[in-house]
Amino acid sequence: MTASATEQTLRVTAEDRLIARWTALAIALAVAEAGLPSPIPGIKPGLANIVTLLVLYRAGWRAAAWVSLLRVLVASMVLGGFFSPAFAMSLTGACCSLAVLAPASRLPRRWFGPVSLSLLAALAHMAGQLLLARLWLIPHNGILYLVPIFAVAALLFGVVNGVLVAWLQRRLEEES
Amino acid sequence: MSSHTPDWAVWRSLIRPGDVLLALALLALLPALFAWCWSGDSATRVRIYQDGRLFAELDLQAARVLAVPGPLGTTSVEVAAGRVRIASDPSPRQYCVHAGWLSRAGQSAICLPNRTSIELIGKDGPAYDSLSY
Repeated sequence: MTASATEQTLRVTAEDRLIARWTALAIALAVAEAGLPSPIPGIKPGLANIVTLLVLYRAGWRAAAWVSLLRVLVASMVLGGFFSPAFAMSLTGACCSLAVLAPASRLPRRWFGPVSLSLLAALAHMAGQLLLARLWLIPHNGILYLVPIFAVAALLFGVVNGVLVAWLQRRLEEES
Repeated sequence: MSSHTPDWAVWRSLIRPGDVLLALALLALLPALFAWCWSGDSATRVRIYQDGRLFAELDLQAARVLAVPGPLGTTSVEVAAGRVRIASDPSPRQYCVHAGWLSRAGQSAICLPNRTSIELIGKDGPAYDSLSY
């Protein structure tokens, strides 16, 4: 009997399991965060990015990109609004963060820790989303008035998330 | 260390020198960002209308006083250092004179009784297609 093309066995690697586990955590955080009230639409802590950064430190950029993009995909399905403008916004934010994290993760670790990466990722996230909003959703320069507010939020949550990542990373290292 | 008592030495040890420098650098850029985003477009030219027709278009950098004749008398438009104002006008209520110095694109002052108005234009052209009154 010839081997059927449909009977290929899917080999699950250790990295797949790791990505799945972290993605599940990221989705849970993203869904929990959607329940938090926000003064301005779009301003939120971005807790799921803590997971992205932890994976970046523990398993590299590739795994972090998987976790980040899968989280965006599944969280938008769970919350509703798959392929909606909100989905496009969060996908853009995630892609911009990842694009910045690729070179930023090569910065000397002795000098630049998780706080730096978190800050840069948060700003890239914000910048990408504002650019998309300006080009597509609100094609008017009035959106410029919101830039400083979003920048302050990105700085604040960037630092807070970064410290949390550093703390969690240390705890995880101590345990293993 | 117990995880229940916050230990500031531990929290401080989580932050690297570069993190502090980066955060301070970004913080230092914030005032410039606020200034840039929250200060509308400054105007470059002013258009002076008399009885619905364009009477003159002046550069705001060239200081001068222009007398615009109208049905009630002469409206005096003064341009100085990127700003413009109605210096005097024969209208009874003086609304356009009280508008004071204008410098942002899209601003206008209208002396209705004397059928004279000024409109400030930014680098992107007029802020509105037309003003109807």
